[in-house]
Amino acid sequence: MKRFARLFTRIDQTTKTNVKVAALAEYLAEAPEDDRLWTVALFSGRRPKRAVTTTRLREWAAERAGLPLWLFEEAYPIVGDLAETIALILPPPSGTSDLSLTHWIHALTELSQQPEEARKAAVLAAWDQLDTTERFLFNKLLTGGFRIGISQKLMTRALAQATGRDEAELAHRLMGDWTPATTSWEALITSDDPVARDSRPYPFYLAYALEDRPDSLGPPSDWHAEWKWDGIRGQLILRGGQHFTWSRGEELMTDRFPELARALDFLPDGVVLDGEILAWAGGQPLPFNALQKRIGRKSVPKALLTEAPVILYAYDLLEQDAEDLRALPFADRRARLEALVSDLPADAPIRLSPTIAFDDWETLATLRTNARDHQSEGLMLKRLDSPYLAGRKKGDWWKWKLDPLTIDAVMIYAQSGHGRRANLFTDFTFAVWKGNDLVPFTKAYSGLTDAEFRQITAWVRKNTQQRFGPVRQVTPEHVFEIAFEGIQASPRHKSGVALRFPRMARWRKDKPVQEANTFEDLQAMLELYG
Amino acid sequence: MRAPVLTFTDHGIYCPAGDFFVDPWRPVERALITHGHADHARSGMGSYLSTDAAAPVLRHRLGEITLDTVAFGETRRIGGASVSFHPAGHVPGSAQIRVEVDGEVWVVSGDYKTVPDGLSEPFEPVRCHAFISECTFGLPVFRWRPQAELATEIAAWWRDSVAAGRTPILGAYSLGKAQRLLSLLDPAQGPILTHGAVENTTQVLRDQGYGLPETVPVTPETKAKDHPGALVLCPPSAIGSAWSRRFGTLSTGFASGWMQLRGVRRRRAADRGFVISDHADWDGLNSAIAETGAERLFVTHGYTEIFSRWLQDRGLDAQIVPTEFEGETLEAEAS
Repeated sequence: MKRFARLFTRIDQTTKTNVKVAALAEYLAEAPEDDRLWTVALFSGRRPKRAVTTTRLREWAAERAGLPLWLFEEAYPIVGDLAETIALILPPPSGTSDLSLTHWIHALTELSQQPEEARKAAVLAAWDQLDTTERFLFNKLLTGGFRIGISQKLMTRALAQATGRDEAELAHRLMGDWTPATTSWEALITSDDPVARDSRPYPFYLAYALEDRPDSLGPPSDWHAEWKWDGIRGQLILRGGQHFTWSRGEELMTDRFPELARALDFLPDGVVLDGEILAWAGGQPLPFNALQKRIGRKSVPKALLTEAPVILYAYDLLEQDAEDLRALPFADRRARLEALVSDLPADAPIRLSPTIAFDDWETLATLRTNARDHQSEGLMLKRLDSPYLAGRKKGDWWKWKLDPLTIDAVMIYAQSGHGRRANLFTDFTFAVWKGNDLVPFTKAYSGLTDAEFRQITAWVRKNTQQRFGPVRQVTPEHVFEIAFEGIQASPRHKSGVALRFPRMARWRKDKPVQEANTFEDLQAMLELYG
Repeated sequence: MRAPVLTFTDHGIYCPAGDFFVDPWRPVERALITHGHADHARSGMGSYLSTDAAAPVLRHRLGEITLDTVAFGETRRIGGASVSFHPAGHVPGSAQIRVEVDGEVWVVSGDYKTVPDGLSEPFEPVRCHAFISECTFGLPVFRWRPQAELATEIAAWWRDSVAAGRTPILGAYSLGKAQRLLSLLDPAQGPILTHGAVENTTQVLRDQGYGLPETVPVTPETKAKDHPGALVLCPPSAIGSAWSRRFGTLSTGFASGWMQLRGVRRRRAADRGFVISDHADWDGLNSAIAETGAERLFVTHGYTEIFSRWLQDRGLDAQIVPTEFEGETLEAEAS
């Protein structure tokens, strides 16, 4: 753990990206193999299973520190991070430990099998031989959420520096459903393993949002347009007689969408499709919440399969005849894709996402306003001669989304944020008028500038009416324009509606609180767009 | 029941028996001042009383004032009250103020720290019936490491920054923290460049006889290349300003107790945060309070709600002092 703590300290002690990457590259070149592998795993969002609940951790930490639990709970929101609060509040350790990162992770993994008393004894013993930084990292491993200033992209860059391998190739290798328990450094990074290779998706190419009209993009004839679908971005891989379905978040979802297995009956081997997984009925996509019911489930009951069957709406072909096509121009890939899937029978789980023909930007702008009629959330623009790149790159792919729906709402509750945003109020609950009452209907956390967050924070401090733990009820005085992408009926919410991607679009300082929207307005939006 | 020795008014802490205020925040006739920081020593008072040691900084900051001084430990009779000043260990010259009326003793802590810093007169616990204590860092997550470790850490940062071709620039309050840091730096490591605000206060304290290393004041003509290997010491607000650009590629550092929190360090977007405070940490506050033997406690400046509840939990009679000035709170740090 000491070596890993030194790495963390070096990363944490600089704001300069190249210094962080150099520190990680050095570590990845020098650390023992199992620690290296775990480090790559942690920085790509893989972590050991949670062995202890955070409730127990708080209790044990307070007890060990000889402090009442309420005092711990007061300190936590001020620090803004649970792992850090525990690390700081504990008395100094009585010993030190030279055990490795991997050792501690294995110890944690074994804990989950043990009775609670044994878990507690093990955690207290660990705390007592780790210094503050080591404790912080140990607690991060315990509580999950290992975000400490290195993105997967930066980690991959460091790995490329450490191994002398190509960054794009490594990004590809790191995709997929591996953990340090199921692979080795050699299998993951250096060797050529046909089974692992078969299941491996390509890094997704992500579009940038187009903020203005597309006139600046050059001649319309250089561009391909299609609808932007509101489903799950996915890659369908057909290799070695098997199929694999991957989400953009690098989650293997093959078993969640068993309908896609039938693609093997219609398409040849050695094919990788990029597209949108959509719930589908009556020849058109269903709203996102039909798909949502499928997301949380590892396996799918029969009823749901008939109620919300899925298809892949394909829009790119990344591999054909086991050949990587990503360097080809989009127009060529699209032509091959059309040849491959446009004549499939209706019972194939693959459809072609249609091309939108247009001659000038004006026509396209008009078409875009009808996106909701097509169950779409806007347009995608792809440069016809562009290769398929990895990650979010500006220039060749743009999403030109519909303007969001908006509603003016009153802030009624505030709560402070975490980490960098601890000590600022950033999490708010908003309400609309129902007669003389304010009915809460959504929360929002983002959209204001740092200066605005500071301003509203100062205001919240002075205008708190009541506290419920970390939540403060504030004087209903400020109106915010809430922007969102969709609205659905939801029996789980008191207001009866659930918004998609709500955020604060504007602080309506010009608007008196009485002029905020009403519950009836919200109902009307649900009728229209739900 | 007799009148309390001190009361809390909208002008600040007031002693009816002596008709004076301690660290008042609005103009009054007679003010007793614990130390020269702006939230304790304000302008516009009819007359001032401080320690001899605090006086030069007060004159420097407040200009022409009517100022009387006493030595640490010397008793002065004011009306029906006996007052004396005792070292608070916060910054050079800083004091706690002891007020005795008819045998009842109250102490106003001002700002204090219990661990000697090698520069300020070390904190002396004063037995009293009632203790008015600051609690800026009154949370159990604040525990300071030994000063020597910080000195080593800063020296290493200075060395590594210079080796990497960057100028280390350290942000710290001009009065107290800056001089404490100066006394921790080794001038043999390279020149120490100071911002005007830091240099002025440093010179005042140097003239008083506090042992401080030689510094190079930055002027409009100062060029980084004339001072290779230098470290720059300035108020926090100067980092990132046009003033700081003359030093080329920087490695930025802040020295403050708040740097204990990773979230604050990240918000500051500084390369380095050195956890060094002139306020008592959690253990310091608790030990200081215990050593006074006080039956009544008043807490002010900081996490007053949490800290008073903690003291009440332990069976102490603790209350919160209302104040208009929150001093060095995390909110002030965040803004």
